[in-house]
Amino acid sequence: MRHSVLELEVRNHPGVMSHVAGLFARRAFNIEGILCGPMDDERFSRIYLLVHAEVRMDQLVKQLEKLHDVLRVNARPDYDQTVFRRLHEFVEIDGPLTPDHCVAGDSH
Amino acid sequence: MKKSGAEIIVALLERQGIEVVAGIPGGANLPLYDALTGSRIRHVLARHEQGAGFIAQGIARATGRAAVCFGTSGPGATNLLTAIADAKLDSVPVVAITGQVATSLIGTDAFQEVDTYGLTLPITKHNFIIRDAAELLEVIPEAFAIAQSGRPGPVVVDVPKDVQQQFHEFDAWPELGVPRTVSDVDETLISAFLDRLHQAERPIIYAGGGVIASDAADALAVLARRNNIPVALTLAGLGAFPCDDPLYLGMLGMHGSRATNTAMDEADLVLALGVRFDDRATGRVADFCCHGSIIHVDIDPSEIDKIKPANLAIVGDVGKALCAVSQQVRLQDRAAWNSRITELKAAHPMVPPVFPSMFNPVQLIERLGELCGPETIITTDVGQHQMWVAQAYPFRRPRTFQTSGGLGTMGFGLPAAIGAALACPNTPVVCVSGDGSLLMNIQELATLAELNLNVKVVLLNNQHLGLVRQQQELFYGQRYIASAFQTSPDFAAIAAGFGIRSYDMGTNPNGEEALWHALQQAGPGLINVPIHAAENVLPMVPPGKANHESIGGEAIHASLSA
Ligand SMILES: Cc1ncc(C[n+]2csc(CCOP(=O)(O)OP(=O)(O)O)c2C)c(N)n1
Repeated sequence: MRHSVLELEVRNHPGVMSHVAGLFARRAFNIEGILCGPMDDERFSRIYLLVHAEVRMDQLVKQLEKLHDVLRVNARPDYDQTVFRRLHEFVEIDGPLTPDHCVAGDSH
Repeated sequence: MKKSGAEIIVALLERQGIEVVAGIPGGANLPLYDALTGSRIRHVLARHEQGAGFIAQGIARATGRAAVCFGTSGPGATNLLTAIADAKLDSVPVVAITGQVATSLIGTDAFQEVDTYGLTLPITKHNFIIRDAAELLEVIPEAFAIAQSGRPGPVVVDVPKDVQQQFHEFDAWPELGVPRTVSDVDETLISAFLDRLHQAERPIIYAGGGVIASDAADALAVLARRNNIPVALTLAGLGAFPCDDPLYLGMLGMHGSRATNTAMDEADLVLALGVRFDDRATGRVADFCCHGSIIHVDIDPSEIDKIKPANLAIVGDVGKALCAVSQQVRLQDRAAWNSRITELKAAHPMVPPVFPSMFNPVQLIERLGELCGPETIITTDVGQHQMWVAQAYPFRRPRTFQTSGGLGTMGFGLPAAIGAALACPNTPVVCVSGDGSLLMNIQELATLAELNLNVKVVLLNNQHLGLVRQQQELFYGQRYIASAFQTSPDFAAIAAGFGIRSYDMGTNPNGEEALWHALQQAGPGLINVPIHAAENVLPMVPPGKANHESIGGEAIHASLSA
């Protein structure tokens, strides 16, 4: 399956991920991967979505653009997608876990 | 200035020009209600939050401006959901302000806590949860701007109780929230539109709710008449073109006449204006207008190419586009095409009743149309009665018809009529309902009685969920289940119980005079009309079929002429 990356600039507030994820669920589009982080100006965030290139990209982009908190949408088929598959390499910690690494919730 | 969050909300609503708010108070929005005391805003106490939501819709649909409803947290908010979803699907500007449990309690499963933000996310144009009273100065005007800009829609503002009570100091009121201006349509697109139109031999207009929302009915009429283009309307578009114009084709689609659907099929150019190619209008999409090219004009870019690819797309205000086009359009008489239309209309008239009588629903609706002036606002519920109104009522002006088209919500009609009457106190309002639908918001008769508005409910009483019964008859081998009422209430007694005058055409020897008399009376009234349970809405395109495959209607006509 071919994939493509969508790059979004959004207002950074607690509801914005629900708006984006909700849109995908209700329009029956799949998200394969999500990356999200604040921009230099922390009032805004950038979201990268890995989606199937086969979906009706045009309709998906238009629907995303309609969301009030989404300020910009770019379809970037040219982007390197390996980061989505190798994410663990970026977040994993070297060496064995020490008690300091454990966060609340790990015991559940 | 130092004001509480609740006071800020009420003052901002006043500044927006809001005159009426419909709602129901409860624990989490009591500070907001407290701030309403002494306000010049008139509060209308609905008897169910869904009623409050539809009252707001009735106001908004009648005026084109955003209207407001209030609900408390928890069940108040969940009761509003249907009316909000309905506003979303029919693009109606509504601002719903809900109370929420105090910020410190959010997420604790507190008494009457539900995630209103999460619940309304997929059914609003946008929604907000407020975390600090200061945000209200930005969010409330923004809510009005969003609700009324571009393609209108509902906005929810969820306000925790402590935020309503929190005092905030500020220097000046913000600007009002107004619809964002839309840019003019590109001149080259207008020329392309005109080129295609002038070259076409059999153009047809397929116009919808967008024409009404953009106040474009006059421009539509100029275009159609100058260029002699026949006009078909969607359910939401009824009223956008006068029914007495020879170019008028009535409603297209599932319950459209054969003449209209055939004309759509024969057209070589379809002007799709403020429409979204809804499945009830198109029938099987692959067959819809398959012989013509399509020019699609709509303000919502995501509607272009969503269902049917357009040969020319104009994203913009359909009113602006139609003004530009109608100023430059050539006079063309299109004699051959229009004589073909006349021929189609003659070959496929609306089915005449087998036994003409006041209790034949189509005839009743036609008669109602003669008794009501062109300014009368008609609301309906959902079912056969709704489709009979759409087929037979003579709509002449925009914003005279309110119906739940997209969501198809039974229970819409009565509260919407109340809203329409509040917005237009000097205009008669008639709610045509069914005995199933009316019961879904019957409690609003109490609101109506209290307000003493000029609303008449004409109840087409067939003791059935008629449209369900019809589908079971036609498509489920006449296996009837859960569509007949075993008992039926005495609606006259119910109306009387609410303090509303009622009339029963069934027991009146001169039904027609009774109808006329009832409509003449000032104030509310309920008119019960017994309808034969076996009456069907015809013709009908079976679900999944193409519009030219409609069934029914014709046979009766043929047997009559045989
Ligand atoms: C809230 C809601 N529930 C169920 C339906 C499904 N439904 C569509 S039409 C209909 C029957 C409506 O009956 P009535 O109001 O008596 O009108 P009639 O068809 O008899 O004119 C039903 C149940 C609906 N549209 N809305």
